[in-house]
Amino acid sequence: MLTKEKPAPASSPKQTQTISGAEAVILALLEEKVDTIFGYPGGAIMPVYDALYDYTDKLNHVLVRHEQGGIHAGQGYARSSGKVGVVFATSGPGATNLVTGLADAQIDSTPLVCITGQVFAHLLGTDAFQETDILNITTPVTKWNYQVTDASEIPDVLAKAFYIAKSGRPGPVLIDITKNAQLQQFDFTGYQPCKHIRSYRPKPTVRHEYIVQAAELINQAQKPFILWGQGVMLGAAEQEFKTFVEKSGIPAAWTIMGAGALPTDHPQNVGMLGMHGNYGPNVLTNECDVLIAIGMRFDDRVTGRLDKYAKQAKVVHLDIDPTEIGKNVPVAVPVWGDCKETLPLLTELVEAKDHQEWLGKFRKYNDQEIEAVIQDELFPTSEEMTMGEVVQQLNELTSGDAIVVTDVGQHQMVACRYAKLNHTRSNITSGGLGTMGFALPAAIGAKFGAQDRTVVAVIGDGGFQMTLQELGTIMQTGVDVKILILNNQFLGMVRQWQELFHERRYSFVDIASPDFVKVASGYGISGKSVSKREELRSALQEMLSHKGSFLLEVMVTKENNVFPMVPQGCSVSEIRLK
Amino acid sequence: MRNENHTDKQEFNITVYTENHIGLLTRVAIIFSRRKINVESLNTSPSEIEGIHRFNIVITETAEVVRKIAGQIEKQVGVLKVYFNTNQDVVWQEMALYKVPTDVIAERAIVERLLRENGARAVVIRKDYTVFETTGQREETDNLIKVLQPYGLIEFVRSARIAIIKDSDGFHRKLQEFEQSEPHDEVVENEYLNSREKVFTM
Repeated sequence: MLTKEKPAPASSPKQTQTISGAEAVILALLEEKVDTIFGYPGGAIMPVYDALYDYTDKLNHVLVRHEQGGIHAGQGYARSSGKVGVVFATSGPGATNLVTGLADAQIDSTPLVCITGQVFAHLLGTDAFQETDILNITTPVTKWNYQVTDASEIPDVLAKAFYIAKSGRPGPVLIDITKNAQLQQFDFTGYQPCKHIRSYRPKPTVRHEYIVQAAELINQAQKPFILWGQGVMLGAAEQEFKTFVEKSGIPAAWTIMGAGALPTDHPQNVGMLGMHGNYGPNVLTNECDVLIAIGMRFDDRVTGRLDKYAKQAKVVHLDIDPTEIGKNVPVAVPVWGDCKETLPLLTELVEAKDHQEWLGKFRKYNDQEIEAVIQDELFPTSEEMTMGEVVQQLNELTSGDAIVVTDVGQHQMVACRYAKLNHTRSNITSGGLGTMGFALPAAIGAKFGAQDRTVVAVIGDGGFQMTLQELGTIMQTGVDVKILILNNQFLGMVRQWQELFHERRYSFVDIASPDFVKVASGYGISGKSVSKREELRSALQEMLSHKGSFLLEVMVTKENNVFPMVPQGCSVSEIRLK
Repeated sequence: MRNENHTDKQEFNITVYTENHIGLLTRVAIIFSRRKINVESLNTSPSEIEGIHRFNIVITETAEVVRKIAGQIEKQVGVLKVYFNTNQDVVWQEMALYKVPTDVIAERAIVERLLRENGARAVVIRKDYTVFETTGQREETDNLIKVLQPYGLIEFVRSARIAIIKDSDGFHRKLQEFEQSEPHDEVVENEYLNSREKVFTM
């Protein structure tokens, strides 16, 4: 092709060369070892796409069907790979379509660099075609954002963007580049990765005295309890965490974002915290004497009513973000730092113990929960299928080795409660923002980020219809994503709340769905729908062993509720089993 | 902070040292508006160090909330340091301008005396009007409005508050630490965790 004859400049030129701002963007991505971009072209970002045209051998650009899909895919990619997700979008509507994903990535600490096109600098502020003040729109939902109006800024700004996105507590960064800056030729002197910004401290020097105080508290504790969150994975400290847990012998429970950092079947993994978490971890939060919080932020869905949360316990909080320490729960010992550094220091000072009696208490509560909830959910005797039994069958077939991506709602709670996770970075869900429509695009991104793993997207019938256009992305790229729709013909979580707290006034939760298998078929994706238990296992097997993507719809019982449940405004120890 | 009662609202002076970047004002401002806190006064100016900006922000809140807000401001990229202090911990001033008809002052000696008593200084004297300036704390500048009102006060404006922290030895040493590309051992970066009752120094 004629357009491909243009020689590509070397990525790190020794001497100054004249290139366009758009090429500088691409060279920066290569220097940052980016391999995949999720994006959608448009007027104001065309020069970048033009430059990209010469680098399609080095950069895999995934054309999504909607910018929201693009950014959720970038999130899925970042979450499965541990790398920075990169997203392209054009100005105006392209940029505003990123906002939900930015908010999601901000609250769930996902590293992203989003590059948006912008109108020519001389048109800024004039209501030009597809002009939107995206900097001000995204300021509350980005870790950092910046508008480039001169091409010579691009190398340094992108270096800064990647550094900020991935260091400290990760988060999304948006770089808005005006079209003139993309087109402008400038003297490029090479790309310098950013390692330091004087007005940004991603992590502190660890203060040893706090490690000592924390260890003393832990060593004296009779009923210590570990709560861990996604921070363990973001800090790549899974091994350090496991060593700490095993030496200390302390029972450990996870927030939804932390699932998988310690394998599900680890003997000290006592389950999930929060509103739909496990019985024991919630009740015993209000009985433990020392609470060790690691890389988690005491979200209201975890704590329930704050003034009745763990009042008897002394809290040790390990976090890289100092504003999280003492934000919601008063802290006895603040351990500000990267848990990759603080955990080994703490492990060294804690005594090797075996809290069998205390662990036994968790098991006792677990037995009660099995009897009251889990048995019927995973092995129902009713005619209709439950969400739990689908997840249970899936566990058996994947052995817990798959990446499970979930959407938002009842199926999310069920999948996160019951999915067996053997490996870290295996649970991808929208935890903080609760973004319906997250799962399908995130699963696409997750597969690009971890190509050797099976990716199963567990989605409700409501959430699937929010971003189902991304089936087109699957069709075009051939990416292998297993789509498991748990269809209860309701917006189930809202319906559950209406049943429990609004006298069964089912206001607009009765949602009709298209024939999902036919929809998939329209996109060239194989699919199946099952409504009988005897078909379930073989259908799941077919989905998993199918070469390429597959959509499996499972019709589940309509009005099941997710239990246990900590009703809003109640203490965690007031958790209801039914 | 002298006031140890975390549940009582009072005036706090928040001092923010920042880079001089476009957009930072928004980033700082939305931290207040997000929590539905009214910013009573906001001043941005150069600081003792060239190239470093200084915000003085006044809000009425509890110490607990102010501590959290200060942390969230300091977390922003581009913000170097945040301190928060009660009124007792700072020396603060506001400036006010008053425009009054010149003939009234010329005709009535009492007005001139009132102005002198209130420490006002003429900035501009024209045939038709005169502009006076006072600098002081809120009651002082407010007082002069009341005094001048009967004599045809035409226009009044008051500046944002500026405040100097009594217990601060400036920002130079801190900045040097921040400019080190690697934090070295002597740098105590999370000293706020020790002395959070005193000043916010994270």
